[in-house]
Amino acid sequence: MNYTLDFLPVIDGLPSLLAACLGTLGLALGGMILAIIIGVGGVMLRDSGIRQVRWFVIAFVELIRNTPFLVQIYFIYFALPLAGIRLDPTPTAIIALGINGGAYAIEIIRGGVQSIGKGQIEAGLALGLHKAQVFRLIVLKPALRAIYPSLTSQFILLTLTTSVASAIAAYELTSVAQRIESDSFRSFEVYGAVTLFYLVMSWLLMRVFGLIQSRYLSYPVK
Amino acid sequence: MGLNEFLFLLAGLKWTLALSAIGFVGGGVVGLVVALARTSGIAPLERAAASYIGLFQGTPLLMQLFVVYYGLALVGLKLDAWVAVAIGFTLHASAYLGEIWRGSIEAVPRGQTEAAKALSLNYVSRMKDVILPQAIRISLPATIGFLVQLIKGTSLAAIVGFTELARAGSIVSNQIFQPLLVFGVVGALYFAMCWPLSLYGAWLERRLATATR
Repeated sequence: MNYTLDFLPVIDGLPSLLAACLGTLGLALGGMILAIIIGVGGVMLRDSGIRQVRWFVIAFVELIRNTPFLVQIYFIYFALPLAGIRLDPTPTAIIALGINGGAYAIEIIRGGVQSIGKGQIEAGLALGLHKAQVFRLIVLKPALRAIYPSLTSQFILLTLTTSVASAIAAYELTSVAQRIESDSFRSFEVYGAVTLFYLVMSWLLMRVFGLIQSRYLSYPVK
Repeated sequence: MGLNEFLFLLAGLKWTLALSAIGFVGGGVVGLVVALARTSGIAPLERAAASYIGLFQGTPLLMQLFVVYYGLALVGLKLDAWVAVAIGFTLHASAYLGEIWRGSIEAVPRGQTEAAKALSLNYVSRMKDVILPQAIRISLPATIGFLVQLIKGTSLAAIVGFTELARAGSIVSNQIFQPLLVFGVVGALYFAMCWPLSLYGAWLERRLATATR
């Protein structure tokens, strides 16, 4: 064994690696926003009372949750241009992350909605609130408190998943790392350092989400 | 897509199954050790296990594969790509299964441990005969859920350059220029593996929920 570790390429690449961390967080944030939109929309469609729509949502969730993200992102990457939509890899990755996260968000939000007692909804309707008002005021807000922990851990998972977006060369940490690696051949050093970056990011996110929860969401429920 | 291309995909699928099986079994063995260490009551051991779990749960699977893949080469182990990848999945699975099983072990009522101690059963017998049989039952839905994650995760071996189902799909797609058809079929194959497991896991969960109500 006569290999000496050389972290110089990592140090030289530090500015672009740190910038790429922001790219990763941006991908995750964009994907999560889309995921929540799909999640809320999906739950409303699922509970719309129209049978075909309900089955469509269920099929979407099962399909996404039982296939790998890599296959999904490839499929979307090739499908969008055929549908006449030409996008750069990065927005394409956000769409793929949003669709993937959306399926999980539907399940999470549905769980939150189900945690709201039926009596509360009936009471809201009895008070003459519109269906949309009942959803927004009586279902969504308290449900948000219930689903916050799962939703935030889903966000961290999505952040880790963004590394797969390197497969279509979206701008994020892993693809920048791959570029530095192929220039320097210091594979272990580069990927080791980047792994640490991911660890710090998910730890920071965990702390921030925990802080927000104890600050804004943890007032006495009873 | 002709028969030859489809057979090529099936050959890739064989490797996906093999990787999943190795990762699950290997990860199960190491994961049991992690779970036992995590619930051992010995502070340094618990902390070490917690860090191990945190390390794998806080980093992307793809990075774990890269680091293991290049790390093993670095320490002078000349391994086949598939052995390196299999080790990567084993470590990954051991952390996740360790965490799932920790939860299940802790979910077994404390009285069970106390009763076993009162009967002066030693640690091995207490775990093997009293706690683990109950913990396994509790852990089954989550364990199967993770198996689905693992099968999907093996697709990342494609990025490291290992030809399993997803990479077989890329290769075929590059040959016949019908990416949507090919990745549609590849997705369907993954779905055919994962969906029955997901349904089984959900069924177990419902059954467990009614049993403990």
